[in-house]
Amino acid sequence: MSDITANTTLHSSAAARRAPISLVGPMAWMKTNLFANWWSTAITLALGYLFIRTGVSFIDWAFVNAIWTVPVSPAGIANTEACREAKGVGACWAVIHEKHRFILFGTYPYDEHWRPLVVCFLFIGLYIVSAMRRFWRWELALIWAAVLTVIGVLMWGGVLGMTYVPQERWGGLPITLILATFGLAFAFPVAILVALGRRSNLPAIKALCVLYVELIRGVPLISLLFMASVMFPLFLPEGMNIDKLLRAQVAIILFAGAYLAEVVRAGLQALPKGQYEAADALGLSYWKKTCFIILPQALRLVIPPLVNTFIGFFKDTSLVLIIGIFDLLTAGKTAIIEPAWQGFGVEVYITLGLIYFLFCYAMSKYSAGLETELNKGRRR
Amino acid sequence: MSAAETLASSVRADAPPAISLKGVNKWFGALHVLRDVNLNVALGERVVVCGPSGSGKSTLIRCINRLEEHQEGQIIVDGIELSNDLRSLDAIRREVGMVFQSFNLFPHLTILENCTLAPIWVRKMPKKEADELAMEYLTRVRIPEQASKYPGQLSGGQQQRVAIARALCMKPKIMLFDEPTSALDPEMIKEVLDTMVMLAETGMTMICVTHEMGFARTVADRVIFMDRGEIVESGEPQSLFSNPQTERLQTFLSQILRGH
Amino acid sequence: MSGVTDPRLVRKAPSRPLRISWADERFRNIIYQALVVGAVLAVLYWLWSNTRYNLEVRRIATGWDFLWREAGLPIGESLIEYDPSMSYFRALQVGVLNTLKVAVIGIVLATILGTLLGVARLSKNWMLNKFAAAYVEIVRDLPLLLQLLFWYALLQGLPGPRQAFNPIEGVFLSNRGLKVPFFVWESAHSWALLAFVAGIAATYFYRRWARAKQYQDGEIRAIWPAGLAFMIGAPLAVWAAMGAPFTPDIPALRGFNFRGGIDISPEFFALLLGLTLYTAGFIAEIVRAGIQAVNQGQWEAAEALGLPRGRVMNLIVLPQAMRVIIPPMTSQFLNITKNSSLAVAIGYQDIVSIANTTLNQTGQAIEGIAIIMLVYLTISLSISLFMNWYNKRIALVER
Repeated sequence: MSDITANTTLHSSAAARRAPISLVGPMAWMKTNLFANWWSTAITLALGYLFIRTGVSFIDWAFVNAIWTVPVSPAGIANTEACREAKGVGACWAVIHEKHRFILFGTYPYDEHWRPLVVCFLFIGLYIVSAMRRFWRWELALIWAAVLTVIGVLMWGGVLGMTYVPQERWGGLPITLILATFGLAFAFPVAILVALGRRSNLPAIKALCVLYVELIRGVPLISLLFMASVMFPLFLPEGMNIDKLLRAQVAIILFAGAYLAEVVRAGLQALPKGQYEAADALGLSYWKKTCFIILPQALRLVIPPLVNTFIGFFKDTSLVLIIGIFDLLTAGKTAIIEPAWQGFGVEVYITLGLIYFLFCYAMSKYSAGLETELNKGRRR
Repeated sequence: MSAAETLASSVRADAPPAISLKGVNKWFGALHVLRDVNLNVALGERVVVCGPSGSGKSTLIRCINRLEEHQEGQIIVDGIELSNDLRSLDAIRREVGMVFQSFNLFPHLTILENCTLAPIWVRKMPKKEADELAMEYLTRVRIPEQASKYPGQLSGGQQQRVAIARALCMKPKIMLFDEPTSALDPEMIKEVLDTMVMLAETGMTMICVTHEMGFARTVADRVIFMDRGEIVESGEPQSLFSNPQTERLQTFLSQILRGH
Repeated sequence: MSGVTDPRLVRKAPSRPLRISWADERFRNIIYQALVVGAVLAVLYWLWSNTRYNLEVRRIATGWDFLWREAGLPIGESLIEYDPSMSYFRALQVGVLNTLKVAVIGIVLATILGTLLGVARLSKNWMLNKFAAAYVEIVRDLPLLLQLLFWYALLQGLPGPRQAFNPIEGVFLSNRGLKVPFFVWESAHSWALLAFVAGIAATYFYRRWARAKQYQDGEIRAIWPAGLAFMIGAPLAVWAAMGAPFTPDIPALRGFNFRGGIDISPEFFALLLGLTLYTAGFIAEIVRAGIQAVNQGQWEAAEALGLPRGRVMNLIVLPQAMRVIIPPMTSQFLNITKNSSLAVAIGYQDIVSIANTTLNQTGQAIEGIAIIMLVYLTISLSISLFMNWYNKRIALVER
């Protein structure tokens, strides 16, 4: 080495060889990921055993020994003997078979069930459209307004030949979707205003916004719902009555507004100061600057956390059970109050869980995918 | 002192090599990133490794202190063979210091604490002794006044010099540099290179992956050109740069030296 | 440089007088704020006058006197002495303690489980990793109330005490709850407990002393032998010295239910189980994000210096991870406390449940809800203050 004065070169380039079998392929994957060392092997075996055992007993309970239907007398009384005998051994899916309309739509008139069904699909459609980046413009607000009006018309009826259905008869999945979606729709502008207010340099406005956010975030949603159900009637002048659903909706809007305000505020903070300064240098007034430059960028920055917060609200709507509003969870719980179906809560809750999971998982995956995509674009 | 003279004065022809790689092969999944690499580095020798990105040069030096594992072949460092044995691994890492492209200083410790951490916890030095040692090296890299500051308060060039001092506090026999100036702003590259030249003059065994050809010319005893996982050419910097034998090296040099 | 001041500190900026003119921005701002505050006050006043009117018309009492009236309110489980002849104030105290009981135990259990899951999420073992991932996804995508109702329904579906599950000697699980064996608590045990707490303090001080000695002579001393001696050996010694009393109290079936041992009601059990499993999912993600936030380069630099993996974890990675973990973690602690309010749906009597019953019985809705909000606001403000203080203390120093 030390006596090399001329350059040495390779006379033949070694061709790239295929990696040895112990490094690629399924065997290699299993070795690194499942059996890398004795500790890992022990875990793999233990977990594998656990999965298989629970998996087999679950399949036994949920499918093999399950009761799918029970005979129903002409008077509508179900004969649940078979289910009771199979308790603990086989699932009683008959409760879903008999009660699924009630669980999904509550006490809505049977013949008009197509209307809440269409409403549910409209909501799903609205979510999908809002998720697509093509539609991320101010016009999206118009789409929301239009769809929500159509939903209102369908649920209430009274026009276009549809019978009028009072709000007390609404129930089930549409109520959950209404509470969540209208909640988000109205809370969003509130949140933007509060976030802007919190960052303003007018001390009175800033103090009001801080007070609002900290008060709401410091108390549980239940206390706000109680306030809505018990205290709101006291706040209103004589003769002015707001029905329970609307009161709960207002409480949810106030609650959502505070949490969304914090997310929007994070977006406003993350935006580089240069954007604010460039807008000022162009001579834009405060509101023009905010609407055209700041908000579009800040909101784009925080869409994943916004979606995550929405998932939280979607789940939180279930709390209206405690003040007696008939959402999806309440419908499920009420379905098993009947003596014939008492005690089959587990089956009902598993089904409800599937429905909630479908919605929330889809939104969660969307938010995660969005985050990766946005990060890719942002890397310099 | 010219490079050759320094080398001659610090190396006996029959001494075992400080680092010896024989037939080293490494795969990342299906990609063959190091192909039949053979290399011997003598004690006190300064080697610069260059090559296009993806050529495996970083992987090569990271294999030397086992930040990456090789699948075939033999690597012997300071007489100890690299394997999965933890104790020999610890022994090797004590004698091999490394400086990273992104400095990797510990942000929650002061500069002094960054430097004294390993001597205290690995060499079991009393704190007073470790502090003196650290101040000595911080003075040598010319930033003793920053000792009580935190990494976040220093510029990039200063941070990299601290990283060099931190590695030196373990009194290693071999120093590895993985593109130490690539993440620095142009005006700070000189201060780090000067530090490395100063280090080279003390007779430290160095392997340096870098694009800085001026540094290679000044300091290196040998330059190695790697491409696509294999060592293509190697030799003294003068002859390598002015007389590239292979086409690959010629292409590489024309791209690098365009800016000079 | 004495006697020469920085010329930039000599003159102060002139103050601008406020011009009463619409053109002056400061004047405009003051008007805006006055308008907004005025509007808010007007709305509040309108609400308040309506309320006063309504309260009068419906003959609802106001004021806090009701607190001292007899409650007549049966409460199933309580940490302090209570019977229905005591005042509402006492009943509310029981409620607050019940809330704190489930919140504190929930926080401890959820943190342990969540940390284990978070570490599992980083494991190289594919099965463990995916299992933890699936757990977190499922628990985070289902409403907490649904999970609570599910666990409660499951517990209620268990057979009665006579056919209770008996997995280990002395442990019985039935639809009347969980019964666990315990022993009769005597003074020796209290002293042993004291010795344990003293042992924790002793271990902490020993660790400080060992570190200081290490700085002096370089020798690294293991902490765990001393820790074991202080925290386990000493209490055992104290207990033995006082006669080593141990009278097991095993639940046994008498009539329709069990007597003896510790009684964990199905309501408390379901609430604790649901809250713990739910929050552990969120904590797992926080722990995972915290450890991943420490970039790989820190590991590599520390290992390249020759530090063994355990020390790297303790000295380099965990201190940095904690900075990222603690703020959202305290937020989750607050969430457990707020979520415990769902107890009212499954019959566990926490503060919300008792305050709710109180306001139903006395008709004084405003005071009742105000009490609930006050309790939770106090808890959240304390946690917020702690968090702010902690953040300032450990913030990384930057330019």
